[in-house]
Amino acid sequence: MSDNGNGFEPRIVGFLCNWCTYTAADTAGVSRMKQTANVDIIRVMCSGRVDPTFILKAFVEGADGVIVSGCHPPGDCHYSTGNFKTFRRMPMVEALLEQYGIEKGRFHWGWISGAEAPKWARLVNEFTEQVRDLGPLDWKRQLQSKED
Amino acid sequence: MATLTINGLEVHAEEEQTVLEVARENGIEIPTLCYHPLLEPHGACRLCTVEIIRRGWPRLETACTYPAWDGIEVRTDSPPVREARKVILGLFLARCPEAPIIQELAREYGVTEPPFPPEDPDQKCILCGLCVRTCHDLVKAEVLNFSQRGIDRQVGPPFLEKTRQCIGCGACRIVCPTGAIEIALEDAAVYGAKPLGPTGAVWVPSMQAVPLIPMIDTDSCIHFRQLDRSEGRITDACQACQMLCEAEAIDFDQQDEILELDVGAIVVATGFEMWDPHGLPQYSYGKSPNIITGMEFERLSNSGGITGGDILTAEGEVPDRVAIIHCVGSRDHNAHVYCSRFCCMYSLKQAHLVREKTGAEVYEFYMDMRTFGKGYEEFYERLQEEGVTFIRGRGAEVEVLKDGQLRVKGDDADLGRLVQADVDMVILSTAIQAPHDADQIGSMLGLGRSEDGFYAEAHPKLRPVETNTEGVFLAGNAQGPKDVPDTVGQAGAAASMTLALLDKGEVTISPQVAVVDEELCSACKTCIPLCPYEAISFMDEEEVARVNEALCKGCGTCAAACPAGAIAARHFTTEQLLAQIEGLFRLPEEEPEEVEVERVPS
Ligand SMILES: Cc1cc2nc3c(=O)[nH]c(=O)nc-3n(C[C@H](O)[C@H](O)[C@H](O)COP(=O)(O)OP(=O)(O)OC[C@H]3O[C@@H](n4cnc5c(N)ncnc54)[C@H](O)[C@@H]3O)c2cc1C
Ligand code: SF4
Ligand code: FES
Repeated sequence: MSDNGNGFEPRIVGFLCNWCTYTAADTAGVSRMKQTANVDIIRVMCSGRVDPTFILKAFVEGADGVIVSGCHPPGDCHYSTGNFKTFRRMPMVEALLEQYGIEKGRFHWGWISGAEAPKWARLVNEFTEQVRDLGPLDWKRQLQSKED
Repeated sequence: MATLTINGLEVHAEEEQTVLEVARENGIEIPTLCYHPLLEPHGACRLCTVEIIRRGWPRLETACTYPAWDGIEVRTDSPPVREARKVILGLFLARCPEAPIIQELAREYGVTEPPFPPEDPDQKCILCGLCVRTCHDLVKAEVLNFSQRGIDRQVGPPFLEKTRQCIGCGACRIVCPTGAIEIALEDAAVYGAKPLGPTGAVWVPSMQAVPLIPMIDTDSCIHFRQLDRSEGRITDACQACQMLCEAEAIDFDQQDEILELDVGAIVVATGFEMWDPHGLPQYSYGKSPNIITGMEFERLSNSGGITGGDILTAEGEVPDRVAIIHCVGSRDHNAHVYCSRFCCMYSLKQAHLVREKTGAEVYEFYMDMRTFGKGYEEFYERLQEEGVTFIRGRGAEVEVLKDGQLRVKGDDADLGRLVQADVDMVILSTAIQAPHDADQIGSMLGLGRSEDGFYAEAHPKLRPVETNTEGVFLAGNAQGPKDVPDTVGQAGAAASMTLALLDKGEVTISPQVAVVDEELCSACKTCIPLCPYEAISFMDEEEVARVNEALCKGCGTCAAACPAGAIAARHFTTEQLLAQIEGLFRLPEEEPEEVEVERVPS
């Protein structure tokens, strides 16, 4: 992991659909594209499988940022309309995170096709920088201190 | 059926046949000028005059109009017949002294001098009216007519002026026996204007076409043009091919049809499209008809093409110097960054064809020579021996000089300086690209595309023929640039995978399907409209949702939405995914105890 001087390395969880963004990430890796090592990928068959709970869970567990990415709408989703469900659910997640006081910049959702490996690598690098600037979230501790 | 004799030979005739038709059927030649098998006979030129003996009386009659009656005797070459034809040809010779066909026939019948001096030595029209009949009865354009009388009688459009009624089909010129008609077309279809297009209204793209069946080009077919122009009024123009086709294979009513088929597997072999070199103006494509693409060169050198396979410039001359420029639109950040792969080899092939057919000097501008296949490098060496000049470096620019000459400029990397060549023809080895409608077919079949726009295979190394959609396979250039041997190889693989799939008679489905825990299901029916495959149904009796495993594709959307947490997407269950998330953050503190590993002494 690279270091920007203050020693903080964000931990980011990426939920990627098997057919598009996971393929892009795989290609980016196989092609040795330069990316930060801050994103841990969890593969799901379709972005429509991403239950909002998973995102909250990731933050609770200690993630500083979360990415959800699938196939481009309208027609690219391997299951034809799974990404539409993502399209409807994610704004809800955004609203929810805002209520919990989690900064907008910590959550990214969007579309990257299997052919867009460079776009994935760029997203990883830019998002890592963005979260790094926001600093550590440590939501678990925040929640616990509230409980106390 | 009638029985008659022709020159002593007993022959049979169908009802309504003429003496001329029966004679020709039996291999007996009778000269004609105004006869055409597709038109009603008119007996205008009278050259087909024969002697007919009916009920004992001999008479001279025109064979093209005389019915083949039962019991008649026909003589096609008797002295009275020859005498009559001599008189006729003498008159034609006086009218058209320079028409080659008349001169030839006159010579055959021993007519050396016209009976009176010709009035107009340039006259070629014998006033037989074949063109008029063609224009009226066949083309249905009704443009040509006779006008004036006596010695002023002539054929032409009304007032001998250009008329919009004329469709420029040229049928009159084709039928005219003496070559008296010239067509003045404003946009004459010169070579260069449409070098890839059809060479006639009925054509086969090339002799290697599959299937090798001619088709009608409705843009130039008289029948369809008249139908179009008359807005459906003229439905019976021409149809010459239909009248002549013995197999009765021609059907003008045939329309494009949309067929709906239920299939078990699909091979996508939609190939490639040529990239348009107008996109890089430095190559001056379109500014001279002698700057052509590799594909246009293929057409030009094809024996089915417009020159019958002769490599000629637009001016119809054999070129002395030809330049071939590689990588036009390929390996170029202003067009396509990828290598189109087979153009190096076809450029070499084309250089060879130019050398062989014309002996012209060939200058080949290339960046790298990609001789990737079996025997390819050897072919490259052979061309070096054949005297092709290879210039290593991208052809930078083509300039059209004032006199139409072409100047190619390029960078010779080996010499380290700029070079130029003045040539008569430039062949641009243009890039290929995915077809323009690749998106449409891609989203219909759920196919992804690689960065270059071609369809993506399931795995670049291990599954190069399959796609991510089960039962859909890729063959050929649909997946990326490939030459014929590679295309055939992949197509064979796709065909056998298809057969393997069909032969099994059953499909293996992935175990990643959703399953409802009926104990937990609260019968809210949230999941039912979410499933893109309608795989979940509600069991009214049991009051639970149930997944049809054969229909479920395992996307897991229902599992993500189930408020009761009753649906598990197998292999991606909520527990499994949550455990993965936890796992990410529990390392390394809670690592399991170290396992004893036997160490091999080094
Ligand atoms: C100028 C030139 C010269 C070449 N010379 C050689 C050579 O000498 N040797 C060699 O090995 N290779 C040569 N090649 C390469 C060769 O042409 C290709 O390898 C070969 O044509 C690829 O075959 P394919 O079936 O993949 O694609 P294509 O030949 O492109 O065939 C695809 C077919 O699918 C049809 N199609 C497309 N979309 C649809 C649709 N939606 N529905 C129905 N049909 C559709 C197209 O009309 C086309 O007929 C040359 C190529 C070029 C451009
Ligand atoms: S095959 Fe040869 S001509 Fe074609 S793009 Fe590749 S290098 Fe250029
Ligand atoms: S499969 Fe990628 S979003 Fe549905």
